[in-house]
Amino acid sequence: MDTYRDASLGLLGDPSRRAIFELLARRPYSVGELAKQLPITRPAVSQHLRVLKDGGLVVSRPEGTRRVYQLNPDGVTALRAYLDRVWEEALTAFQKAAEAAPVDPEQEER
Amino acid sequence: MSTAPAIPAIRGTATVGVPVEQAFRVFTDSFGTWWPAEYHIGQAEMAAAILEPRAGGRWYETGVDGSECDWGRVLAWEPFHRLVVTWQINGHWQYDPDPEHASEIEVRFTADGPGQTTVELEHRLLDRLVGGQAIYDAIIGGGSWTGLLERFAKAAANQE
Repeated sequence: MDTYRDASLGLLGDPSRRAIFELLARRPYSVGELAKQLPITRPAVSQHLRVLKDGGLVVSRPEGTRRVYQLNPDGVTALRAYLDRVWEEALTAFQKAAEAAPVDPEQEER
Repeated sequence: MSTAPAIPAIRGTATVGVPVEQAFRVFTDSFGTWWPAEYHIGQAEMAAAILEPRAGGRWYETGVDGSECDWGRVLAWEPFHRLVVTWQINGHWQYDPDPEHASEIEVRFTADGPGQTTVELEHRLLDRLVGGQAIYDAIIGGGSWTGLLERFAKAAANQE
């Protein structure tokens, strides 16, 4: 399996980061709101948000006394990075399924 | 269409140790058996993902509650070598029926030998997905004008 890669792929390789990214794709959230919806601690959420921010996928802004996070509006790379990850996983799963399926040379074309 | 630079196509390749006919069949007929179930757009848990085996066919998921959510359409059905489908899931992770907003996925199956196939996938025209400001809307709001305006008002009020 040889899959096209780019720098942003690693950012969403972590399941927690991907979960955070998916939540932020729906709407902006604060750290506390994200932590409530995920099985990880608030400091862990902050840590992941920092990585996503450093990678340019997420930006933050103050909203009153708190800070809310959202996907980077300048980063059209965000959606692409996500889909890249989807396809990498999908092709890996496809490869396994194809090789596990019984070979049936008699099968008719539908 | 927009001044934003084109988003590069996503490309992936998988080499599978099966004949080209089987690679094509598993990819299409058995799509729902290997597609990672967590990547679905319906509100309900995904029960099945279906790719109809003909040009013009639907590509959709069914939920455990019986609901159906379209993903796209089959544009080219050329067993056992080529498949083109549209991906019409926008930045809200919702189906966008407008063909102008459809990205395309082309999958090519090439026999490397009797028992090995190279599968090349290209997901292109990604800027069409965002051309309708779908990603921008997804970033700014939860999908409704009301929500968008509320958030705008809040953000404006809290501007530092």
